[in-house]
Amino acid sequence: MLMTEQATGHHPQPRPRNGATPAPTVEHVTGAQSLIRSLEEVGADTVFGIPGGCILPAYDPMMDSKKVRHILVRHEQGAGHAATGYAQATGKVGVCMATSGPGATNLVTPIADAHMDSVPLVAITGQVASKAIGTDAFQEADIVGITMPITKHNFLVTKADDIAKTIAEAFHIASTGRPGPVLVDIAKDALQAKTTFSWPPQTDLPGYRPVTKPHAKQIREAAKLISAAKRPVLYVGGGVIKSGATAELKVLAELTGAPVTTTLMALGAFPDSHPQHVGMPGMHGAVTAVTALQKADLIVALGARFDDRVTGKLDSFAPYAKIVHADIDPAEIGKNRAADVPIVGDAREVIADLVQAVQAEHTEGNKGDYSAWWSDLNRWRETYPLGYDLPEDGSLSPQQVIQRIGQLAPEGTVFTAGVGQHQMWAAHFIDYEKPATWLNSGGAGTMGYAVPAAMGAKAGMPDRTVWAIDGDGCFQMTNQELTTCALNNIPIKVAIINNGALGMVRQWQTLFYNQRYSNTVLHSGPDDVNPAAKGTRVPDFVKLSEAMGCVALRCEDPADLDKVIAEANAINDRPVVVDFIVHEDAQVWPMVAAGTSNDEVMAARGVRPDFGDGEDD
Amino acid sequence: MSKHTLSVLVENTPGILARIAALFSRRGFNIDSLAVGVTEHPDISRITIVVNVESLPLEQVTKQLNKLVNVLKIVELEPSAAIQRELVLVKVRADNETRSQIVEIVKLFRAKTVDVSPEAVTIEATGSSDKLDAMLKMLEQFGIKELVQSGTIAIGRGARSITDRSLRALDRSA
Repeated sequence: MLMTEQATGHHPQPRPRNGATPAPTVEHVTGAQSLIRSLEEVGADTVFGIPGGCILPAYDPMMDSKKVRHILVRHEQGAGHAATGYAQATGKVGVCMATSGPGATNLVTPIADAHMDSVPLVAITGQVASKAIGTDAFQEADIVGITMPITKHNFLVTKADDIAKTIAEAFHIASTGRPGPVLVDIAKDALQAKTTFSWPPQTDLPGYRPVTKPHAKQIREAAKLISAAKRPVLYVGGGVIKSGATAELKVLAELTGAPVTTTLMALGAFPDSHPQHVGMPGMHGAVTAVTALQKADLIVALGARFDDRVTGKLDSFAPYAKIVHADIDPAEIGKNRAADVPIVGDAREVIADLVQAVQAEHTEGNKGDYSAWWSDLNRWRETYPLGYDLPEDGSLSPQQVIQRIGQLAPEGTVFTAGVGQHQMWAAHFIDYEKPATWLNSGGAGTMGYAVPAAMGAKAGMPDRTVWAIDGDGCFQMTNQELTTCALNNIPIKVAIINNGALGMVRQWQTLFYNQRYSNTVLHSGPDDVNPAAKGTRVPDFVKLSEAMGCVALRCEDPADLDKVIAEANAINDRPVVVDFIVHEDAQVWPMVAAGTSNDEVMAARGVRPDFGDGEDD
Repeated sequence: MSKHTLSVLVENTPGILARIAALFSRRGFNIDSLAVGVTEHPDISRITIVVNVESLPLEQVTKQLNKLVNVLKIVELEPSAAIQRELVLVKVRADNETRSQIVEIVKLFRAKTVDVSPEAVTIEATGSSDKLDAMLKMLEQFGIKELVQSGTIAIGRGARSITDRSLRALDRSA
């Protein structure tokens, strides 16, 4: 696994029982010191958090640590998303810290987010003293109970002696197998008590044995299907990025000659510019990608989970396709769509083994002929490319803004996005060539993800440019972290795609609710309450950003677009926020309406693609 | 829908029952019965869960349970290859006229009378749920004042033990 513990080489592996490990030196410490020493040993170089009563003992030794940088955020949700952004950008485990009660519950959204997107995260929370647990003490919340369904695993630690072992186990669980968030809740008295510290501790996880090595027979079966197929598709999910399998994927794709579709979580796993890339699948996927899956006779799913946003109405999804489903989580296989060839394993090992098995098939003269398939695919690609119309009134096109940001960004730029129209446009109109350059909230769909995630990504990769593509709705949820960025020398760039509305919801109201715009207008209140507010730009994002220590720019005229983006790109000593005032009626297309079949994909409003075969209509 | 009996070996840690119950409710699976107790190894508890699902959702139940870090092993016990038992304690209305009839029924079902008072008899019975249902049906006519039933527990027939391998895994990690 490439996606492992933070890359200092200290892996919290169980110590061999009878091995000749030299006796580690024993330090006499408090529980809090044991926690910080443990974080140093697992290689946690950055922690995002806010102190408070119950976690306070941990913040005292934190002050002295030379290895752990603590970044004081403005809201715990920001800490959680920052740790997620850090993890997605660097491949290391993200760490966030909060106090008990409301501090801990403010982490719930980012933990749920990381759980849905399989991001390795360790959340450390303070808990009331062990004797007070269960008494409804001040700032007590049962955060272990609350986060049970949204963590890969969680722990309550009430003894100082257990802290080091638990931290080692938490990092191991978070980073191995299918990555995910792990919460460690530590009682205040455990942090204060005296204990001893030695590393590595003995870990004890008899029930945790992720399978990474795929079954050879299943791999051979999959290779046979690939050779025999006439219309195969490689359906690539986020697991390919997490396992670091992009190089192997390219080899497999070019060896087979099959088209590749990368999900929202997998953008960058396969170069957008590659001729075999047919785009993103799903509700707002490229017509070619959606249709390729619908008409495929074989889908090879690699680290993907047949999410409802990809499949549309499940019982009409890919009706002709046999399914090869490879995932490190056995529970994903057969969950939504039955697999003809199930493969449990790490994506990198699976793909590497598939390459060999397909080569063996070729040696025996069994090479798939996909030429007729490609002539279909190419025709769809030419007829229904991604695109947009510029607004007739001369205002800024949001798609164009995002496309130009992508085109003008320096090599290696990391993009984050919130959730909504701007997210889909950023998925469509920025080219992703490398893994971990596109960070977003795919499964949970967490508005407000972009700014704190960008902060985390930039903290983890200070040499990269990090652009947050955000909507004005999302931005108003988490922009307080710009203060954190300004004060901690984390110069991110934020593009507010400001259409004055909750754009995606508004788009649904346009399409499905007779243009009744109930509670989606952001720049004014209800007409009958405060008519004077209509059309005002409250809040003024430029003033707001300046107040938080950022350079703030505004762009309203397409003629200024490139100049403003260049100006933002040139500033590297402070965070930059650009308020792009864009046309409010722009829509995200293509679209498969919720609850309908992917056969009903609409290339644009009122435009149903003509696939020329008639058989599936 | 059909009933399936799962034997789940778990680490004997706080909160494990909550994790399992929460998983069932969150994923929309219904538990028919549940029984928990420690095994011959004090660090391992055994949870017997009877679920009423089709085979495909059953596979999901098993896979999701397997993802819980404290779950060591899951075995589905086929009814033909396992012994399944429930325990009931039932308090039946009784007077001088009916008491002897009740005791007769108790004998027929090889149950036990464990408490007698002028107005009631308390009966202890173990067996498969079919047998216990039959007995309760016979007792109904006298008036059931109170009934308490345990969850099903089950064990495979033959010499093999499902705990052996888990114990070895536990030893390795200790």
